[in-house]
Amino acid sequence: MAQKAIDPAVRILVCCGTGCIANGGLEVLAALRSGLAHRNDMEVESSDSALVTGCHGLCAQGPFVRILPQDITYCRVQAKDVEEIIAKTLEGGTLIKRLLFRDSQRKEFISCRQDIDFYRHQHKIALRNVGEINPDSLDEYMERGGYQALRKALEDMSPDQVIAEVTRSGLRGRGGGGFPTGRKWLSCAATADSPRYIVCNGDEGDPGAFMDESMMEGDPHSILEGMIICAYAIGASRGFIYVRDEYENSVRRLEKAIKDARARGFLGTDILGRSLDFDIEIVRGGGAFVCGEETALLRSIEGEAGEPRDKYIFPSEKGLWGQPTVINNVETWVNIPVIIVHGADSFASVGTESSKGTKVFSVVGKVLHTGLVEVPMGTTLRRIIFDIGGGVPRRRKFKAVQTGGPSGGCIPESGLDMPVDFDSLRQAGSMMGSGGMIVMDDRTCMVEIARYYTNFLAGESCGKCTPCREGLRSLLEVLTRICHGQGNPGDLDRLEEIGETMRLASLCGLGRTAANPVLSTLRYFRDEYRAHISQKRCPAGVCPELTELYIDAVLCNGCTLCVKYCPTRAISGQVRQVHVIDREKCIRCGECVSRCNQDAVLVR
Amino acid sequence: MTAELRKEETAEEFHKLIQGYPPEKRYIIPIMHELRRCYQYLPRPALEMLADHMQVPFSQVYGVATFYKAFSLVPKGRVNLKLCDGTTCHIKGSQGLIDEIYRTLGIRPGETTGDRQFSLETVNCIGACALAPALIVDEKVYAQVSNARLQEIIEQNRRGEDGTESN
Repeated sequence: MAQKAIDPAVRILVCCGTGCIANGGLEVLAALRSGLAHRNDMEVESSDSALVTGCHGLCAQGPFVRILPQDITYCRVQAKDVEEIIAKTLEGGTLIKRLLFRDSQRKEFISCRQDIDFYRHQHKIALRNVGEINPDSLDEYMERGGYQALRKALEDMSPDQVIAEVTRSGLRGRGGGGFPTGRKWLSCAATADSPRYIVCNGDEGDPGAFMDESMMEGDPHSILEGMIICAYAIGASRGFIYVRDEYENSVRRLEKAIKDARARGFLGTDILGRSLDFDIEIVRGGGAFVCGEETALLRSIEGEAGEPRDKYIFPSEKGLWGQPTVINNVETWVNIPVIIVHGADSFASVGTESSKGTKVFSVVGKVLHTGLVEVPMGTTLRRIIFDIGGGVPRRRKFKAVQTGGPSGGCIPESGLDMPVDFDSLRQAGSMMGSGGMIVMDDRTCMVEIARYYTNFLAGESCGKCTPCREGLRSLLEVLTRICHGQGNPGDLDRLEEIGETMRLASLCGLGRTAANPVLSTLRYFRDEYRAHISQKRCPAGVCPELTELYIDAVLCNGCTLCVKYCPTRAISGQVRQVHVIDREKCIRCGECVSRCNQDAVLVR
Repeated sequence: MTAELRKEETAEEFHKLIQGYPPEKRYIIPIMHELRRCYQYLPRPALEMLADHMQVPFSQVYGVATFYKAFSLVPKGRVNLKLCDGTTCHIKGSQGLIDEIYRTLGIRPGETTGDRQFSLETVNCIGACALAPALIVDEKVYAQVSNARLQEIIEQNRRGEDGTESN
């Protein structure tokens, strides 16, 4: 192997999103930097060639190391692999096969990112910079066209023109409601009151959704730029970014971005030499799910308990401290600079009739390639889950996908070919929400999952209005009973009645949608509820009281794998002999089901 | 280690911390965050001082403190196990980990061991769904935690700063 000097132009992008950090991304970065620093012939500083980036999206395969300009992507990299990467790939110019992405369907190894199915079907607008730049570097953001939109807006457009452009683009709020962004801005600009405020909703509370986190961590300047453009359009002087309490990395990177933007004159007084004064501060949330609701979030910024209020007057007229306030979700803000630079028509050319542009989904759960996916509105669920996500792992069967977070709904296999946009999901009894997509296989019990969401929401309901507070408790009580095998025949009607009342009578969006998980599973998986109630049986084998696991004598090959992993030593059997589960000792944890390579552990 | 962050719970320390913020209501939550960082819970004398500083009734401060999940009114253990029970972690077995922690340490979510070594809380998704089930101990995220791995993590954290058994 010919040893040659490392190309000084080489750039090594190391993913330091939350997922990759947990898998050792920072250690990989440190090893790369020290490894490169030890190479004497290296002409550039090691910290200039080994760079931190935000999330690369395919989190299940992290940590990622992407080498440019060759465009080689290594996955599952650990610090101990770094020496080999430097010697073989950077100096020797050869690929290390075991670190490449393996396409299990095509059975081949792939080095170039764009050839991986997961990336090939995506269309990146909101995530355009995430994973491509160092989020802590304003210069890198500007090299990729950052702050050009702001310059264009300030120099060539009037505030009205900016609002008109956003309206014409058809952009709808990405936080879940899908309210037209341009209309929100217009109604705020039309009020006579001042001061006016701008708020970025980064209180991403839906379990299973992390797209806002990846944008705050991976491309903070795009959010700032979107907000500054809006400040110009509606005449606001102060902005707030409300960040979820758990997102430490996001806070750090946003703080750095705000500091840098101030130093460069993008924030502060007389921005870009114009008479625009605007500054942004970060507010950390307190860990309350309801604060994702905009009126509750505003209360929280004011220093109160985050209870929502009725929205007969929108925050765009009376919001923070009773003043006109534009509040948009992180992903909405990130889209703004693109609309201004490339124009509304270009943005509106992507997507469906009623929902323009792209949407970022976090595809998680029982899916092969867990991660962040950005696709044009109108892409089918099948494409997202199977072509991009790689389908359900371990030969299991797809059962449902839950969209829209805890107050969304479960969509069964029959809905897979539905094009996804705000309206189609609502018709299917679910919603877009912030874009979480949780894939479930036949080992997920739909009653138990409805109970899980209801339990979550019952804990998060702020308690202000009765339908939500008491309705959730009643739902939870009935669902818990069903899961424990004590369901009554009348329970299903009761669930629907309570759910319907909550939908009609609750004060805020949380309560009005809180029954969705129950109502949608009842709509599509009623048989599973009935099995729990009348046959006292959990078909998925999840609810312990209603489950009995057994080993199929024909399928079992006697490998002893289940014997080894059973936490209660309930399985007995010698090598090459059929194993048996002791019903008394079994706690139905399902460890054996997921361990068995022969799919021999079955649910009775 | 967390223990190093913990300041003395004295009136002077509380005073210094609270006076660092202007007496505007919107700083109530940031002050609570800082109290939490320093003490891992909100000591009552500090909350009383906070109410005085903001010139609001104590009940209002108390209302805020109990509304948000991030804040605790009771002291936490030296090591706080934060177990993610988001949807993905839930369907990938976080409940089994909760049971295992109960079998090992005898605590359920929201509880602290008698020796104040460990406490357990569940959080609703830390945005690391690809790594489910996930456990956070002192800001470090452990990915795909199994029962066996959980035991290792507990053992590692059982030791005090000087490396000796501390329980």
